[in-house]
Amino acid sequence: MITTNPFSELSEFVPSIAMQVYVVVMMVLVILGTLFDIIHKKNVKYFFENAKKAKKQATKTLGAGEKASIVLKTVASEILTTSELGAGKRRISHLLGMYGTIIFWVTSVIMIFCYSTPNVLTPSILPLLWHSGAIMTCFGGYWFWFFLRVDVTAEANPWYRLIQADLFVLSLVITTTFALIWSFVQSANISGWDTLFLVLFGLSNVVLFGGVYWSKFAHMFYKPGAAIQKNLAEADGSRDNLPAPSDKPKQFGLGIKRESPKHY
Amino acid sequence: MPTFVYMTRCDGCGHCVDICPSDIMHIDKITRRAVNIEPNMCWECYACVKACPNEAIDVRGYADFAPMGHSVRVLREEEKGTISWKIKFRNGTEKNFESPITTKPWGKYIPKLAEVEEPTEEAINSQLLYDEPKGLNIDTGLPKMKKERFKKGIYY
Repeated sequence: MITTNPFSELSEFVPSIAMQVYVVVMMVLVILGTLFDIIHKKNVKYFFENAKKAKKQATKTLGAGEKASIVLKTVASEILTTSELGAGKRRISHLLGMYGTIIFWVTSVIMIFCYSTPNVLTPSILPLLWHSGAIMTCFGGYWFWFFLRVDVTAEANPWYRLIQADLFVLSLVITTTFALIWSFVQSANISGWDTLFLVLFGLSNVVLFGGVYWSKFAHMFYKPGAAIQKNLAEADGSRDNLPAPSDKPKQFGLGIKRESPKHY
Repeated sequence: MPTFVYMTRCDGCGHCVDICPSDIMHIDKITRRAVNIEPNMCWECYACVKACPNEAIDVRGYADFAPMGHSVRVLREEEKGTISWKIKFRNGTEKNFESPITTKPWGKYIPKLAEVEEPTEEAINSQLLYDEPKGLNIDTGLPKMKKERFKKGIYY
């Protein structure tokens, strides 16, 4: 199952052009949802106004080389490895979900656009990556959903309590779960069920990509920008109005350790 | 001066929710980021400001001391044992303060109320709160002010 391209098998019933149109429509939905989100929340406007204010308060002018190095460091540390989440479980679950989703989406696009006809042989690495990406997303996503969500850990709400903030993570894990089940039932030739899970997979994709305006989907576009701006503000001295670091020596080393927020 | 959260800095870790003695720091239902749900009930202990690992919580100053355009930010450096405050007024005046913070391990003095004896009826009806006067280091009870020293009109 995991080395079989599910879209190639599907192309016997659904023309590959239909699958490609579906992918393009999903991409358009994401772009439209993000644009509506930007217009409604005015967050990008706030972001640039804030950056302008920070520039005025800067005590040091950064050269292009310095800026580039800060951006690269931010990409390496805060964007690619989400260091702001510390060294705990949240970071591992986030990384699993993030890379799993990226791998799943990229391989989906490649397989649908290049290998979705029965007569073209798919390199086995692609379906393998597609399934691995889906499994990683499910693992990271369900781990987060059941155990690590702040609503559950810090606020003591039960895992089954649904709020709007759950729309993104739930639709994401449900999409990848349906994808895996569909791939399994299709490769096992369980007729009827493969159609059912294909439809569910398609619908959950519509909820995931069509719900960008209402969900936290667009955070993956905003967060990197905010991290870069934060590090630039630290380097140019404006520091978002934060006090400068104290010049006292590090006295306590690892003596002070935070407990996880579970004292409800 | 109640607190508020910068959404772009908050990562929803829940430390402020955990530490708020007023139980007014909660997680927003749409963004899953921290939010002060009741700023007028904030008793301004700034535990959340100090606890935030991302410096995402700021203080909204009173209008008489820091009108619009001000900022009150705090940087807590646990390893150095310092807490620094930067207060910026609208006219650009800056005040910087740096103080030592407690060096007790985080979470060491969380009261284990389940292990404490149940209060008596008399203790419940008393004006003293939990662990008073012992917790205030006053053995003789709370200080009382004589009525003659009250400002005119404020006693009943």
